[in-house]
Amino acid sequence: MAHAAEPLNFPAADAPRAQPMVSPLSPVEPLIFEIGRNGRSAVAQRPVSTVTVNLPDALRRKVPPALPQVSELQAVRHFTRLSKLNFSIDTHFYPLGSCTMKYNPRACNTLAMLPGFLGRHPLAPATQSQGFLACMHELQEILKDVTGMAGVSLTPMAGAQGEFAGVAMIRAYHRARNDLARTEILVPDAAHGTNPATATMLGMTVREIPTNAEGDVDLDKLAAVLGPQTAGIMLTNPSTLGVFERSIAKIAKLVHEAGGLLYYDGANLNAILGEVRPGDMGFDVIHMNLHKTFSTPHGGGGPGAGAVGVSERLLPFMPIPVVGKTCDTYRWLDERDLPQTIGRLSAFMGNAGVLLRAYVYARLLGREGMQRVAEFATLNANYLQARLRERGFDLAFPTRRATHEFIVTLKRDKQQYELTATDIAKRLLDYGYHAPTVYFPLLVPECLLIEPTETEDKDTLDAFVEALCAIREEARTDIATLKGAPYRMPVRRLDDVRAARQLDIRYVAPTAGSAR
Amino acid sequence: MPFIPHTETDIADMLATIGAPSIDALFGEIPAELRCKGLSQVPPRISEMEVTRLMRARAAQDGALLNFCGAGAYEHHIPAAVWEITTRGEFYSAYTPYQAEASQGTLQLLYEYQSMMCALTGMDVSNASMYDGASALAEALLMAVRANPSATSGTVLMPVTVHPYYREVVGSITEAQGIQPLPLAYDPATGRTSLDALKAHEGQGVTAVVIAQPNFFGVLEDVDAITDWAHANGALVVAVVNPVSLAILKPPGEWGANGADIVCGEGQPLGAPLSSGGPYFGFLTAKQQFVRQMPGRIVGRTVDLDGKPGFTLTLQAREQHIRRSKATSNICTNQGLLVTAATIHMSLLGPDGLESVAAHSMANTAALVAKLTAIEGVEAVFGGARFHEAVIRLPQAPSAVLTKLAEAGIFGGFDLSAHYPELGHALLVCATETRTEADLDRYADTLRALLAAH
Repeated sequence: MAHAAEPLNFPAADAPRAQPMVSPLSPVEPLIFEIGRNGRSAVAQRPVSTVTVNLPDALRRKVPPALPQVSELQAVRHFTRLSKLNFSIDTHFYPLGSCTMKYNPRACNTLAMLPGFLGRHPLAPATQSQGFLACMHELQEILKDVTGMAGVSLTPMAGAQGEFAGVAMIRAYHRARNDLARTEILVPDAAHGTNPATATMLGMTVREIPTNAEGDVDLDKLAAVLGPQTAGIMLTNPSTLGVFERSIAKIAKLVHEAGGLLYYDGANLNAILGEVRPGDMGFDVIHMNLHKTFSTPHGGGGPGAGAVGVSERLLPFMPIPVVGKTCDTYRWLDERDLPQTIGRLSAFMGNAGVLLRAYVYARLLGREGMQRVAEFATLNANYLQARLRERGFDLAFPTRRATHEFIVTLKRDKQQYELTATDIAKRLLDYGYHAPTVYFPLLVPECLLIEPTETEDKDTLDAFVEALCAIREEARTDIATLKGAPYRMPVRRLDDVRAARQLDIRYVAPTAGSAR
Repeated sequence: MPFIPHTETDIADMLATIGAPSIDALFGEIPAELRCKGLSQVPPRISEMEVTRLMRARAAQDGALLNFCGAGAYEHHIPAAVWEITTRGEFYSAYTPYQAEASQGTLQLLYEYQSMMCALTGMDVSNASMYDGASALAEALLMAVRANPSATSGTVLMPVTVHPYYREVVGSITEAQGIQPLPLAYDPATGRTSLDALKAHEGQGVTAVVIAQPNFFGVLEDVDAITDWAHANGALVVAVVNPVSLAILKPPGEWGANGADIVCGEGQPLGAPLSSGGPYFGFLTAKQQFVRQMPGRIVGRTVDLDGKPGFTLTLQAREQHIRRSKATSNICTNQGLLVTAATIHMSLLGPDGLESVAAHSMANTAALVAKLTAIEGVEAVFGGARFHEAVIRLPQAPSAVLTKLAEAGIFGGFDLSAHYPELGHALLVCATETRTEADLDRYADTLRALLAAH
C-alpha cells in the first residue's frame, strides 16, 4: 500500500498538516559577492609565475571587474549549499507534464566526460576524430530509425532551435520550388509557445486551428483554412492535451493535398518511441528533444539538443554540419555537399557533449529498450490517471486513454472551495514532490498536466496519489492556510510583481567602485 | 529493461487498476496500420560495462593532439571543483526553475552569473544565457533591430574580421526577418576594421555596427573610434567579445564616449571544456534601457510572503511561453548547466586569476609567434596589438602542413585560406596559459623540420 502522505523535503517538522511557519528573515545563503574580501583568492587556480603584457593604454582595462574574491573552500561550500536548495530528478519525483523528467543515467555523463572527448577541439582534423564521428554517425542512424525519417542533422542546440531548423527547411523547400506564396504556418491552439514564436522568427504568419471536445484537431476547420498560402502545420502527437491525435493520417492527407508540409514537434516523442514513427504518420520533418526522450540532463534549464529528422524531399536543406560516411571513414558534410542547406546554426556542430550522452543512452537501451520506454511511460500515466479518477479527481478527457501524460482539471474544486492549480503545485513542494505542469495547455481551466515517465516505480506513484488527496483534504478544511503554501521550502511564495516592477537583476556592491 | 523498475506483479496490478488486458492495449487509439513493425537500425542493448569499453576505445582512438588552435574555442585550465560541483545531481538533473520555491539554488546562481557578466562587460543587465556565441550574436542583432526602430535602413554592418562561422549563423537565423548584414572590410596592413570602409556608410541610417574584440585574427580593433562613429550615425553598437580578455581589455561599457549598447560572445573560455564544440553557452548583456528587448530568461531578486529575499524568473512577458508569436525570441531551453560551471569558474579565478590567465595566454601566443616566425619562410601577417591569437603565413599551403603536424601529434591552428584567400597561406594560431615553453618549442621544431623537408 502507499506510503503515508507526508511532506518529505526539508524535514522541519512534526505534523504533515499545513501549519504556517514564519520563515527566518535572513537570506538562506548569502551572495558569493558578500562572502568575498578584497585580496582573497583561490591561489591554486592561477599560474604561479607572473607576466606583464604590453597593451596600448586606450585598450587596457583600468578597474578590475567586480568578480567574487573568495577562497576555494568558500566557493565550494557556497555552490554546494546552493545546490541543496534545488529539487532535481536525483532527489525528487518530478511529474512535470511535457518535460519528460526521467532518470538521467550516470554512465551517460561519465562516458561523455572521458578526457579524450572533452579535450577534442571542434576543428580538429577528421583523421583525428574518427572515434567521436563514429558515435555521431551511429546516433544519426538510430534517430533515423526511431523516427522513420530519411536523414538526421544533430546540430540544433535545443528543441526551439530544432523547430527553427524545421520551419526554415519548410520555407526553403517552398522557395526552391518558387512557391513563394506559402507563408502561413498552422498551429493547434494547444501548441507549445515555441511553435508560434518560431514561425514568427522565420517571417511566417501564424494561424491557430481549434481543437474539438475530444482533444483532436477539428478537421473541418482545418480543411477550411488550408490553401495556396499554407506552408505547413506544426503538430505534437500525442498532443499537448495528453491524447493521441487519431486522425493524423487524414490531417497528413489534407495538408499534403493542399501543398503544405507537416512538422512534428518531438516534445512528446517519449510516448511513442518504438510504437509509431512520425515518418510513418506522414510527417516531413521532426525535431527531437534529446534532453527529454533520450534522457540527457535538463541541467537547470539546459543544455538541450534538438536534432532534426527529415523526409526525402527535405534532405537537401538540412542544417550543417552533418556526419557522412564513405567506406569506413567519417567526415563532416558542409555546404559543398549540401548546397541548398539552410545553413549553420551554431559556431561548430551543436551540443556535442549532449549528443554523446544520448548516444550512450541509446546503446544502453537498445532496440527492445526503446520500445519499453513508451510502453512503461504509458503504463505509468494510465495507472496514475486511473488512481486519481478513482479518488475523485476530474480528468480533462475522461473518455480518452492517457498517453505518457494526462490532464487533471480542478475546475470543480475551484468552484467548490477555491482550490487552484497553483495551490496544489505549491503545496506539493511541501510534500516533497515537484509540481506537475500547471496552466498549460491554456485550453483547460485549472489544469495539472502530469507525466510520471517510465523510470518511476509504483510505490512512488501511489504515494503521489496520497499526497494529492491529502492536499485536497486540506483545501476542504482550511483553504486559507493552503493558500500560504509552501511552508517548508527555502522561501515562501515570491512576489513576482515586485520582481518585475523593482527590477533587481544584478548585485551592486554597497560601496561604489570595484570590489577591491 | 534498463531503468524501468516494474516487477511482473506491479505490471499485473497496474493493468488491473487501469482495466486493460495488456500494455499493448493501452496503445489501442493508435491506428493499427501506423504501428511500428520494429526497429532494425537500433542495435541490441549492451551493458554499462560494455558501453564503457566501447566509449573508452572511441575516445582513445582520437588521440590527444597538442593544441594550438583557438578560432572560437579555447583550451584553458578548469579548476577541478568546477565540474565536480556542476555535475551534482541537484544542478545536473534539475529542471528550468519555473517553480521558484523549489529552485532557489539555480536561481541564486543565475543571479550571481548575471552580476558577474555585467561586471565583466561593463553593462547593466544580463540574461541567463543563449545557446552559443554565434547564435547569441544573431539574437543580439535581432534585439538591436527591435531596440533601434528609428534607424530606417535595417542595415547591420558586419566586419569581415568577425568569426566566419558566426557570420554564417547570423545569416541563417536573421535572413527570414529581412536583416541584411553588409560586410565591412579590414585594413590589410593592420588586420583591423577599416575606418574608411565604415565612413562610406555615413548618413545611411545604419541600425547597428558589430565590433569583435579581439577580432577573428586576434587583432585588437579601434573600438573607441568605431563606437563613436556608430553613435554619431544613430546606430547601436553590438560587441562580440572574449570574456577572458575582459580581465585586461577595456570593457565594452567603456568603449568610446558612451559605451557599447549590447554585448555578446562565447562563454566557453569560462569553464567549458573544448568538447568537440559544445555544449558551450552564449552570453548577452546590455544597457538598462534595452532590458525589455532581451531574448531569453532573466532572474530577478524579490521577496517572499514573509518579506524574505528570494529569486525568481522575471520579465517573462517577453518570452515564448507567455507571448507566443510576439515573443522576443523562440528560445526556451538555454545552456543552464554551462552557466553553472562558468559561475563557479569565475568565482574560483576571481579578478586576479582571470587577469593572470589572460596575460599568460597573451604572452604565450606572443612567444609562439616569435618562435614560429624565426623559421625561414614563416612570417607574421599583421602588426599591432593582439590578444591571444595571431595570423602567420607559411611558405606552402596550410592544409598539407596541418596534416603532417597532426601526424606528429600537433594541432597547428586554423587554416584561413578558404575564408580569407587574400591572405595567402595563412594560419591562425593560439597558445593559451596551458601551453609550456617545451610545448612551444615542440611546435616550432616540428614545423621547422617538416618545412625543411620540402
